[in-house]
Amino acid sequence: MSAPLLEARGLAFGYPGRTVGRDVALSLRPGEIICLLGPNGSGKTTLFKTLLGLLPTHGGEVRLGGDLLGRMPRREIARRVAYVPQAHAAHFPFKLLDMVVMGRAAHLGLFAAPSARDRERARAALDLLGIADLAAAEYTRLSGGQRQLALIARAIAQDAAIIVMDEPTASLDFGNQVTVLSEVKRLASRDLAIILSTHDPDHAFSVADRVLLLQNGRLIAEGDPASVLTPERLRAVYGVEVAVEQLSRGQTVCVPDYDQPRG
Amino acid sequence: MTTGSMDSDDADETGLATARMGRRGAPLTLIAALTLLLAAMMIGAMQLGRYPIALADIGGAMLRLFTGGAAAGQIDTVLWQIRLPRILAAVLVGAALSAAGAAYQGLFRNPLVSPDILGVSTGAGLGAVIGIFLSLPVLGIQLFAFLAGLATVALVSAIGLLVRDREPILVLVLAGVVVGSLAGAAISLLKILADPYEQLPAITFWLLGSLSSIRNGDVLSALPMILLGLVPMILLRWRINLLSLGDEEASALGLETHRLRYLIIAAATLMTASAVAIAGVVGWVGLILPHLARMLVGPNFERLLPTAMLMGACYLLLVDTLARTMASIEIPLGILTALVGAPFFLWLLVARRDGW
Repeated sequence: MSAPLLEARGLAFGYPGRTVGRDVALSLRPGEIICLLGPNGSGKTTLFKTLLGLLPTHGGEVRLGGDLLGRMPRREIARRVAYVPQAHAAHFPFKLLDMVVMGRAAHLGLFAAPSARDRERARAALDLLGIADLAAAEYTRLSGGQRQLALIARAIAQDAAIIVMDEPTASLDFGNQVTVLSEVKRLASRDLAIILSTHDPDHAFSVADRVLLLQNGRLIAEGDPASVLTPERLRAVYGVEVAVEQLSRGQTVCVPDYDQPRG
Repeated sequence: MTTGSMDSDDADETGLATARMGRRGAPLTLIAALTLLLAAMMIGAMQLGRYPIALADIGGAMLRLFTGGAAAGQIDTVLWQIRLPRILAAVLVGAALSAAGAAYQGLFRNPLVSPDILGVSTGAGLGAVIGIFLSLPVLGIQLFAFLAGLATVALVSAIGLLVRDREPILVLVLAGVVVGSLAGAAISLLKILADPYEQLPAITFWLLGSLSSIRNGDVLSALPMILLGLVPMILLRWRINLLSLGDEEASALGLETHRLRYLIIAAATLMTASAVAIAGVVGWVGLILPHLARMLVGPNFERLLPTAMLMGACYLLLVDTLARTMASIEIPLGILTALVGAPFFLWLLVARRDGW
């Protein structure tokens, strides 16, 4: 295969004046899903913001398709990486289609408004996620799951080869978690490269090709889900007893031991 | 008029052949209706006043203007020297404050922000008060007001740029509050020092806003500045939507958010400072009218900008006409806009719980 779409080497990251993590290396190829796991405060969101160029690197480098991220204008970055933030409360009641068409910004001139073609793109993205009938609905009136799907649709409309998703399943109900994760799988099957963070090891087992385990800003393990997410590691990172079981259907699940007090 | 717009919106959503109307740009029916309303109000306002002028006389005066006939004395003087400049100023100031308010509300992601959030009005107020205190001519007072308004926002923006690692919007708002209250203190000091018979009434009147002394020259001096501020808003009308998502999201979508934000602040400040310089501090217009416009056409700035401007123009023309005809003395604009604005604002607060 060609050069990775996204590559980080010796990356140190953090906020201005405060380095949160260091020595992170990763690479992402088309069609691949990487799952980033780590406890609260381990630096997942900060790492993502650095990969997106929203925060400057504190050391090392990030490359998009071989080009250094730090030198790229915002518009060029946005053409290569799309960002799906956690579903949030909007301040203004934009129509869903208006919200999704904003993903086209990086492809439009500075003074241009989206054309009929851009609207078609946005509509196609809504179609792909099965929420085309909500196109005229106000974003503020959507449920959390619908908002998350809308933000994913916006990332699709952005037409970037990489999508970074910050805890796309957080605060969603069970059904919506499954919907979002199956969409993630479907996007990867269309050769998009996806890196997402989650708190649920089961999600990593169900969708990830590779898992990165982050603790205190450092990658403590990397590889396929089964080799990274062992009971020993999960205990070390999260401080709880966990059994990792293989179901008869072939799926792997984590079963916490609720009777064991936290180590 | 509203029904017309609703119809076009419905058609829009059911995907009928009226797609031209709503999908892109502004809902044309509503814009056309508001334009007609504004024109009708302007003609109405030309008739009203201490010296009533019949519609036919206005027609005659207009005719004379084009054919170059002999002026019919008082009618032409009142119409062209006093009433029309004042009407144009009301339209201009109302539209400018509403446009600036709509832009600021998007920019600061807060529907309750007004164009003087960064202290432009208080700053301009201080400039004008200094001008009055120094007994400058009217033009000098206006210039002082304009420049002090710009300087205040420049100071606030500089603070915003200096403070690096904090939420930039919060820093701007807080800096605006602090600098604004400093200017307010300076105004109070000058009020105490001012001559209580000559200067203090002028200061008070100016701080409450009024169009009573507007002449043609004032309109002509404010117009280019307001148009200049309008240009970036029209050009960036779609991107202003993205800024309302917040810095990180807008950046991730490919926007140079810092540059855009300061460009919009500069544009809105230019418009507000020019309006305040000729009209004094007119509160509430830039807060309420964009809000009302958003209720009619939604938050998309492409539609919001023209709608808010037309509504702001109609509103201030209405209020100013009331101010000069309701009582035998001029009522300051700020008093009337507050009397209408404050209850309306409370109603919004109580009755509308979601979907600003």
